[in-house]
Amino acid sequence: MATREEVLALQGEVAQREEELSCLKQRLAAALLAEQKPERRVPVSPLPPKAALSRDEILRYSRQLVLPELGVHGQLRLATASVLVVGCGGLGCPLAQYLAAAGVGRLGLVDYDVVEMSNLARQVLHGESLAGQAKVLSAAAALRRLNSAVECVPYAQALTPATALDLVRRYDVVADCSDNVPTRYLVNDACVLAGRPLVSASALRFEGQITVYHYHGGPCYRCVFPQPPPAETVTNCADGGVLGIVTGVVGCLQALEVLKIAAELGPSYSGSLLLFDALRGHFRCIKLRSRRPDCAACGERPTVTDLQDYEAFCGSSATDKCRSLQLLSPEERVSVTDYKRLLDSGAPHLLLDVRPQVEVDICRLPHALHIPLKHLQRRDAESLKLLGEAIRKGKQGTQEGAALPIYVICKLGNDSQKAVKILQSLTAVQELESLTVQDVVGGLMAWAARIDETFPQY
Amino acid sequence: ATPPASRSLRGSVSLGDEAVCPGIEAHDRAWRGGAELLFDGVKKHQVTLPGQEEPWDIRNLLVWIKKNLLKERPELFIQGDSVRPGILVLINDADWELLGELDYQLQDQDSILFISTLHGG
Repeated sequence: MATREEVLALQGEVAQREEELSCLKQRLAAALLAEQKPERRVPVSPLPPKAALSRDEILRYSRQLVLPELGVHGQLRLATASVLVVGCGGLGCPLAQYLAAAGVGRLGLVDYDVVEMSNLARQVLHGESLAGQAKVLSAAAALRRLNSAVECVPYAQALTPATALDLVRRYDVVADCSDNVPTRYLVNDACVLAGRPLVSASALRFEGQITVYHYHGGPCYRCVFPQPPPAETVTNCADGGVLGIVTGVVGCLQALEVLKIAAELGPSYSGSLLLFDALRGHFRCIKLRSRRPDCAACGERPTVTDLQDYEAFCGSSATDKCRSLQLLSPEERVSVTDYKRLLDSGAPHLLLDVRPQVEVDICRLPHALHIPLKHLQRRDAESLKLLGEAIRKGKQGTQEGAALPIYVICKLGNDSQKAVKILQSLTAVQELESLTVQDVVGGLMAWAARIDETFPQY
Repeated sequence: ATPPASRSLRGSVSLGDEAVCPGIEAHDRAWRGGAELLFDGVKKHQVTLPGQEEPWDIRNLLVWIKKNLLKERPELFIQGDSVRPGILVLINDADWELLGELDYQLQDQDSILFISTLHGG
């Protein structure tokens, strides 16, 4: 049996080791960053032509060198090819990893974002020790460990209309591994203006898509999608979810197309779109239209002659971060701090959680009533009955005539505002009459950040 | 050949391998999302279009879908008399642009697939 003293001594030692570990991690992160510094200068020189492979290169790439389709000829082309990777996330990581392993000459890595814990399930170049550091630096460090002969050029900044064209011109092939609509139009237009082939891929939930744009007279992104989708119909990976293996499969397919272009084998998906349904295990290749003569970017009389304001064009921002809606007035909202105070005071109220069931399964506040926003949106009779009953029951605990305020909560404070709007307009639930309905600003993620640090973040 | 105007047409309308309206999620099988909910939980519909005076084209089909299959929030699928931007229509696995878009006349046993572009990465 361990004595109390032993337990305390061990606890002390664990705390001390944890402290040391945290110091080491910080030093490692600093060292990795310092190691990158010289390369942050953008190389301007094109890669020199290469006449022969070294003995080491022959050994390293031997398994692909014996493929007659690739051979020494193809490997030499790869070694002098440069690829711009736009986005070092779920697609960019596997793509850059396989291209570096295959011996591509230079990889330009563009990403403004930093490594977060929620990235690690799919962004496989990043690790725990570099959380909080720039993704491009983390990716470059991992790629250097894999193949030190590949030149990695990190650009720790967003691709913008001001920088995109100059950057794209420095590379032979562009891989769009981004996660938002404005960046996809920006990359496309830059590739058309610079005359570079674009290998484009995307993934969400269990699905992926991949195609090659602007290759040898084939269609560009704007030929197929002249108009951006309405912002409210676009789902990002944070909201919709995505499986890491799916981005892995699609990123590898994308790398394959890049490699075939760089080695001059020719791509397979120019003018066609590959759809991948991971849940059913289906691949489906569909034939796309040809280049449109009236295309705004690559047509005969293009109107896109320089890069534009793509956020305005798409009505959304060039990130996949969740938007903050402002549907309600400040009086219709409470902060998590105010709600906590009210909860502690024991004042009667009803907390309504409007997240989808799958998110409620992840974490919840135990006293909340759960009705998903979708049910409210379609005025689901069963749900409205449940709400009415909960209000009636809540009122029994209050003094005669006292109001029962309703607080609506969701993950981030967007859906809760939509729900308040619906509740304000409901006439079908008599119990709702003359009740005040407010939402909790920032939702459960604000609760986790500011009130209860044991509450999960997702 | 165009079938006689009075004959009914059989074919499939499929919300495909993509969530056409990703803004909406289905409750039980979340991944199929909007498409399932909008179309009452069914992804692939074997449909029989009734015989009519005019030949069936995609324009008519969209109206028919809106009336018969779409359960809610049609604005996530239809805009004006066409599909909203971001949805690609495939006729027998080919881009509808190759076949006349809204004016394409449906043939017996055609398969029409609607997919939406994904943007995540």
